[in-house]
Amino acid sequence: MSLLNDLVNLNLCDVTEKVIAEYIWIGGSGMDMRSKARTLPGPESDPSRLPKWNYDGSSTEQATGDNSEVIICPQAIFRDPFRRGRNMLVMCDAYAPTGDPIPTNKRFNADKIFSHPDVVAEEPWYGIEQEYTLFQKDTKWPLGWPVGGFPAPQGPYYCGVGSDKAFGRDIVDAHYKACLFAGINISGINGEVMPGQWEFQAGPVTGISSGDQVWMARYILERITEIAGAVLSFDPKPVLGDWNGAGAHTNYSTKSMRNNGGINVINEAIEKLSKRHKEHIAAYGKGNERRLTGLHETADINTFSWGVANRGASVRVGRDTEKEGKGYFEDRRPSSNMDPYVVTSMIAETTILWKP
Amino acid sequence: MSLINDFIKFNLNETTRKSIAEYLWIGGSGMDLRSKARTLPEPVTDPAKLPLWNFDGSSTDQAPGDDSEVILLPQAIFRDPFRGGSNILVMCDTYTPAGDPIPTNKRFSADKIFNHPDVAAEEPWFGIEQEYTLLQKDTKWPLGWPVGGFPGPQGPYYCGVGADKSFGRDIVDAHYKACLYAGINISGINGEVMPAQWEFQVGPATGISAGDQLWVARYILERITEIAGVVLSFDPKPIPGDWNGAGAHTNYSTKSMRNDGGIDVIRKAIEKLGLRHEQHIAAYGEGNDRRLTGRHETADINSFSWGVANRGASIRVGRDTEKAGKGYFEDRRPASNMDPYVVTSMIAETTILWKP
Repeated sequence: MSLLNDLVNLNLCDVTEKVIAEYIWIGGSGMDMRSKARTLPGPESDPSRLPKWNYDGSSTEQATGDNSEVIICPQAIFRDPFRRGRNMLVMCDAYAPTGDPIPTNKRFNADKIFSHPDVVAEEPWYGIEQEYTLFQKDTKWPLGWPVGGFPAPQGPYYCGVGSDKAFGRDIVDAHYKACLFAGINISGINGEVMPGQWEFQAGPVTGISSGDQVWMARYILERITEIAGAVLSFDPKPVLGDWNGAGAHTNYSTKSMRNNGGINVINEAIEKLSKRHKEHIAAYGKGNERRLTGLHETADINTFSWGVANRGASVRVGRDTEKEGKGYFEDRRPSSNMDPYVVTSMIAETTILWKP
Repeated sequence: MSLINDFIKFNLNETTRKSIAEYLWIGGSGMDLRSKARTLPEPVTDPAKLPLWNFDGSSTDQAPGDDSEVILLPQAIFRDPFRGGSNILVMCDTYTPAGDPIPTNKRFSADKIFNHPDVAAEEPWFGIEQEYTLLQKDTKWPLGWPVGGFPGPQGPYYCGVGADKSFGRDIVDAHYKACLYAGINISGINGEVMPAQWEFQVGPATGISAGDQLWVARYILERITEIAGVVLSFDPKPIPGDWNGAGAHTNYSTKSMRNDGGIDVIRKAIEKLGLRHEQHIAAYGEGNDRRLTGRHETADINSFSWGVANRGASIRVGRDTEKAGKGYFEDRRPASNMDPYVVTSMIAETTILWKP
């Protein structure tokens, strides 16, 4: 297949000025990612100078057949790790022809929140720990698990090494470098407690950009699992029983929290979050009730709690933040299938704008 | 196979001025592409400077055994993405030794239409959306489909990502770059509604060049599926039942349509097409009756209809054309196995030359 790979990897820079742009958007389920490519006359680094495009929304449950066009607006550009050269991946959001955001476009509202002067002044930073599970393509059973059976209980797998403990590292490592190449601020990776489950972290990233980067990192991951022939799952509790779920812990800080005396601002913020626990939970991902049981390093879904270094709480404050009197905190409630636009903007809205 | 690949990719530029020209033509069925190669004493970039050639027409259903020579006339040159260097692909059309076009040579009449002064003055642009299906080589069942069974229903596959949603992307991506390298004006690609079905778009291309470019793009695609060990199908309804067919939607505009007031010219053109619906349908590809059912984003083969943003109509006018009052329209009737020389010239003939 080397000849095929040679063509896929062809470097067109010597032959033409043209570049390929892969436009990426979120489909009708709110979690399915879609993309298609177009040729542009030359390289571009400013998303506002890229042409708007459209797609057949009737094929993604986002429009009807007789009024099928959905407009996609370029919002963020990343380097394409698959096509390389000057080719690009473009994160877009979706609009009706009238110019209104369609219902599944969560970025639009998030952008409004992040553009509010009070929020802008606080420079909200996010670090998102995206967990995910790899599945065998034909059996839909986790990668590396014996078909029709189970591996040995959890214990050896977290950050583990060895062919009996780490399943799919090539996917994870390929993703890490691909994201760095693309310009995503990927800060780390680790093998998770459940075998076949992994985590990558994206951040610190400011405001709306956090959502853009997490979605783009998810897209790149699904392209890589496609190449590897494995299926990617963001289900929050992929296997029932004594197996960890998958979350998207969201680390958060504002300028005030990062400055001296920040620990007080943190305490106030956590208190506001506790007063809106139900609203946040409703927006933190479908199926989260299967995951947030109070077991497996989660807090029960119905109670809000927080603590220093406490992985069984809803919100965890790190020991270094407590010691220095400033820093950040970790909202451990969001599930792996959360929408980062929704979660990041809601945390900013509740802690900065909302008054109890 | 590395040693063999090394020879295939050998760069002869340092050793010799000779170049290799692969002559391409359309065979006796009107859809089968044929090619053979010859050595030229030095690189050539002008088709008029290439020698005429001939082939054994009795082996392609294009001539009898006792008078088998069919003449090949070079018409368009493209860079050879497989041989690289100064080597070329040459699109040809076919003539009897007497100098007459043979019956399967549809380019000849198309060229006459495009050379008509009224047509030339209108600078007709075409953008063709070529859909196709990839099949497993030995079972002739679509790529990625379980042998003896079916994948989950349509929904997740259009522009989809992931090993359970996208089958054969390496072929599609290799084809995209290979066509750009060759000098074909390929404007984009996307995964289609039926799994293992894909689409690429060629255009805008003016006049006869649209047909040349599309045929060479088809040739390059079949060479790439050959490398990948997969079979290429242009059948308009490869799988009966609740699975989309494959078309070759043809986007079209003339100078008048692209200028101010163009929307009126577009309406008149669509009206003329409506009056010749049966003639066009007869020339728009064999087996189209299995595809144009009125379902699966097609219009029924027996009725002519048009609408803005309507994917269930024979002809669709885009919202941006409607808004700008000028632009282009999309004839959604042609099947994937249409001959672009026939379709493009017929649209030009009906809309520019024909008087009702």
